[in-house]
Amino acid sequence: MAATQEEIVAGLAEIVNEIAGIPVEDVQLDKSFTDDLDVDSLSMVEVVVAAEERFDVKIPDEDVKNLKTVGDATKYILDHQS
Amino acid sequence: MSKIKPSKGAPYARILGVGGYRPTRIVPNEVILETIDSSDEWIRSRSGIETRHWASPEETVAAMSIEASGKAIADAGIDAAQIGAVVVSTVSHFSQTPAIATEIADRLGTDKAAAFDISAGCAGFGYGLTLAKGMIVEGSAPYVLVIGVERLSDLTDLEDRATAFLFGDGAGAVVVGPSQEPAIGPTVWGSEGDKSETIKQTVPWDRFLPDLRLRAGGGTPTGDVSELPLDSEGNVKFPAITQEGQAVFRWAVFEMAKVAQQALDAAGISPDDLDVFIPHQANVRIIDSMVKTLKLPEHVTVARDIRTTGNTSAASIPLAMERLLATGEAKSGDTALVIGFGAGLVYAATVVTLP
Repeated sequence: MAATQEEIVAGLAEIVNEIAGIPVEDVQLDKSFTDDLDVDSLSMVEVVVAAEERFDVKIPDEDVKNLKTVGDATKYILDHQS
Repeated sequence: MSKIKPSKGAPYARILGVGGYRPTRIVPNEVILETIDSSDEWIRSRSGIETRHWASPEETVAAMSIEASGKAIADAGIDAAQIGAVVVSTVSHFSQTPAIATEIADRLGTDKAAAFDISAGCAGFGYGLTLAKGMIVEGSAPYVLVIGVERLSDLTDLEDRATAFLFGDGAGAVVVGPSQEPAIGPTVWGSEGDKSETIKQTVPWDRFLPDLRLRAGGGTPTGDVSELPLDSEGNVKFPAITQEGQAVFRWAVFEMAKVAQQALDAAGISPDDLDVFIPHQANVRIIDSMVKTLKLPEHVTVARDIRTTGNTSAASIPLAMERLLATGEAKSGDTALVIGFGAGLVYAATVVTLP
């Protein structure tokens, strides 16, 4: 069953917490991965791969650069999950 | 039908000796920051690199190779004349022909050893090692010298903030010879040419011909010079290595971890049996993520030579191997997983017993 927006944000929060050590409550829709959450371009790849596994979605390299905020990633996963 | 006598090789092959050469000049991040807008902290956090070695004009590909090889031959306890083949992996020897391996074989004092270059980027050491193992077991050479050597500072765009800090120079060599026990496992290797654009040389050499003809005043240019890369002062730039950082990182960490696991499985070695992990020294973040993805146990010594050597492509694995043995972090007889991966894209992984 496809994940809801709330489930996706909660999942991304856990992933970002594990990879960048950011408290889960700081991971909100309007937060920028690089500017607010200390997720640099390489950590972003790790976040993306973890999100792919968790939400059964493919996020190609060319789309990763468009995922600036948690909201961007959440919408992408909502639109593309199988 | 006439019967052809088969060749006769050794039962198995092993690495008998290793040697490295690092250029004299040590280049700290401060020097890199003279030509890019970045910071020491940024470079360290993205790559782990603190310093790298850059070769002087005298520290040529051949000169560095001979230094490293001399140490490897001494470490193996053989004479250069016993070497039957010299395999050199490099992407930064700028004379197309002849192969640099022949000059190296001659200057080392081999007895007309077979000698050739291979081009397999950062997987070059594993490719060479695999060829060497085949030669020993098949019987075409009693000992094989495998050299990884690069002067990547010549192929570095010092104004590109994504790569200016990344590359270093150096040579690493191993002597491969006969063994009564298996000491080089099955190689898991391959190529993914559909990803060839992710790491490449900015401009092929032949694109420079019109520019060279113009400079030489040799008449009308025969090609387009308008698309050649220019530096900030408008001068034509030497080609450099570029890469798509995120795409390479994803492939290196997640796809190469699978290849590394396959090499362990093929050798029948569990992570618990492993003593040392020597991945290509591309980026400390790739190394750390691979260790995590592979779930390597705490006791496994991980090579992080990149911190003071930078990315030296084909030279990185033997250089890291030599340093781990020299510092005592690894010891002779240890079981090590080695994996190289890079431009091509190409990769090669195997499990070896350290010399």
